[in-house]
Amino acid sequence: MKILLFGKLAESLGRELELDIAGACTIADLRLELARLHPPSAPDLAASRARACINDAIASEDRVAGPADEIAFLPPVSGG
Amino acid sequence: MGAWARLESTAFSPERELARFREDAANAGAVASFVGVARARTRSGEPVTRLFLDHHPRLTLTSLEEIAADAAQRFALGGALIVHRCGEVVPGEPIVLAAAAAAHRRAAFEAVDYMMDRLKSDALFWKREDGPGGSEWIEPTERDRQDLLRWSAPCPE
Repeated sequence: MKILLFGKLAESLGRELELDIAGACTIADLRLELARLHPPSAPDLAASRARACINDAIASEDRVAGPADEIAFLPPVSGG
Repeated sequence: MGAWARLESTAFSPERELARFREDAANAGAVASFVGVARARTRSGEPVTRLFLDHHPRLTLTSLEEIAADAAQRFALGGALIVHRCGEVVPGEPIVLAAAAAAHRRAAFEAVDYMMDRLKSDALFWKREDGPGGSEWIEPTERDRQDLLRWSAPCPE
């Protein structure tokens, strides 16, 4: 499945990751997996810090992501 | 008229945008606008050589469109416009233009103020300040959060 990252998360982990995950994977699981790949990013990957989207729609922690889905993690915004 | 939003990956001219907006808003009695400009110093006074605005390929533009549409509806505007940069911005260059056209000035002023507060909290951008001392990703401020609360009360009729 494709993971899209932005801001500080993209700088630490890359803009786009292709994760090969067997079986069902929730948003919560994905946060843990990304934190495993880059432990210093764990605080920035927390649900309180980064919103998750599945195919451009905000997703709750227990939503399951499939192999064909695009998951995005959005850090706190700073536009305007 | 209506509500429009655009993302620009290169420098834009707020003057040209506003002139076109005013032409389109020919019947409006009031047109108000705001331009946000990239600062040459960080909040703590360090020099900034470049601002980088990261964005989502689809959701960022959607967030701008929603803010413009919300403003147009909330303030009964004749027109609303947001133009926002993405990518690299040099200090002194415009980052954002917000403009509103209305029958009377109160709605136009408030709509621009509203759009800027919404942009600070809801527009999907991630700003990085680059300078001789290094780069830093900007965090949302408590002030921005409080500014958004100003608009939570129901609109007076």
